[in-house]
Amino acid sequence: MRIVVDLTRCQGYAQCVFLAPQVFHLHGEEALLYDPAVPDDQLERVRQAAAACPVQAILLGEEVSAGGQ
Amino acid sequence: MASDLREGRIVIVGASLAGLRAAEALREEGFTGSLTVVGDEPYPPYDRPPLSKQVLLGLAAADATGLPMRRDPDAHWRLGVRATGLDPLGKRVMLADGESLPFDRLLIATGTRARPWPNPEEAALDGVFTLRTCVDAGRLAERLAATPRRVLVIGGGFTGSEIASACRERGLEVTVTERGPAPLVGALGGTLSKLAAGMQRNHGVDLRCGATVTALRGDANGRFTGADLSDGSHLDADVCVVALGAVRNVEWLADSGLAAGPRGIACDAGCRAFDMYGIVSDDVFVAGDVSRFPHPLFEYQMLSLEHWGNAVAQAEVAAYNMVNPGPLRRPHLALPTFWSSQFGLNIKSVGVPAFSDQIVLAQGSLEERRLAVVYGYRGRVTAAVTVNMAKSLEYYQHLIETAAPFPPAPGAADRPAAAELTLPSDVPDPKGLSHSPTVALTGHLPDRRLTVVRPD
Repeated sequence: MRIVVDLTRCQGYAQCVFLAPQVFHLHGEEALLYDPAVPDDQLERVRQAAAACPVQAILLGEEVSAGGQ
Repeated sequence: MASDLREGRIVIVGASLAGLRAAEALREEGFTGSLTVVGDEPYPPYDRPPLSKQVLLGLAAADATGLPMRRDPDAHWRLGVRATGLDPLGKRVMLADGESLPFDRLLIATGTRARPWPNPEEAALDGVFTLRTCVDAGRLAERLAATPRRVLVIGGGFTGSEIASACRERGLEVTVTERGPAPLVGALGGTLSKLAAGMQRNHGVDLRCGATVTALRGDANGRFTGADLSDGSHLDADVCVVALGAVRNVEWLADSGLAAGPRGIACDAGCRAFDMYGIVSDDVFVAGDVSRFPHPLFEYQMLSLEHWGNAVAQAEVAAYNMVNPGPLRRPHLALPTFWSSQFGLNIKSVGVPAFSDQIVLAQGSLEERRLAVVYGYRGRVTAAVTVNMAKSLEYYQHLIETAAPFPPAPGAADRPAAAELTLPSDVPDPKGLSHSPTVALTGHLPDRRLTVVRPD
């Protein structure tokens, strides 16, 4: 699974950093850095983080599997 | 008629953020026909902002920034093949492998590529990089991990500054050259560019403003060894990153008759492409970095934006308009917004800071490294930039959208005394900068030199 954070929307509430600290980090006071490739053992935490985000900026989903040539 | 538009064949050229979000939105809007997405890179859609941040810091792998889907767009993906031409009358897209794809409606979302170093022999030296694709980022991250003695970054725009920030965080010596008076000056104007320059120097960046690189040097084995600067000095370095801005991917449309040029493809507020006579097309649409569209808040000037948020918003509007008849179509009126994180600061912007004549420091201070600057043009608010104050940005967005008077009325609890003082916004002519602008107003205002027409 992959995540992308809409950082246009993100306001640095940092709920994700508390809920899934292995995936989301604050760089300085409010710049968010995250690992786009979610390890399987972090999936549940990332789901909670996405649900808890006050501005709903976190999208979790499958990436495109380019089956067609 | 509406049901007809939800059927047929749609081709999207461009398989990055705008192409993917448009494909999803087409299905969301009920499109049931065949959908083909063409991309020149051999990878499924991936996210680019992490490439100059997490990837260079070694926190994420360059090949692991694949974009999550909102829903499966049930598309036929033609990846690793370039579109080479468009026949608007026969309604076909020609591909590099000789095939041509028929369409009823087409979305062009071919984006940009990194502007290369102008001398091809120097650009080919081992150790000289640009940063746009995941391959670029992977190679550069690998080279940075091998602890070069010094990295030279040419260009002090957002990408160049973020690269310099990542280098310093990795403990690498880095020199930034910028032809303009300070980094980020084209995007943020004079006052905030001084903060940017101070921030770079405080973090140990060897910042050379008012300087250009005149030649890149290599040894007998073709390895980059350093550069000559316009002040006559020579700099030894092992790695060079060329961060001169972006070039729009429009060459494949040269014979299409569309209004495609160095600033992008002109389209209307409904994302419909103009032809070279200014006549709008009903079946060719444009979205993302490659587009150039009018915005009522900026005197209907055509905006060219290299922003993540614009790619998403415009793709959604284009997709909606591709499957809905004329009177139901929507305009793309979203305000330009972007962010950059560098040197531990979160810089966010809304509106068009370059569309300004004055600024005011509305909240915070330079010393605190926490502030909000509001930009005005002829007495109305046109933009705002926050540093480590992202929660305030929405308030200023509302002021811009309602054309509120400038300077803005007092309201914030942390309003400094300086908020009484308006300063010139001091946005330079982009021609004087190393890198091309990430926001360009490409219309005409007689008293502002904001149009850059360069014979590429």
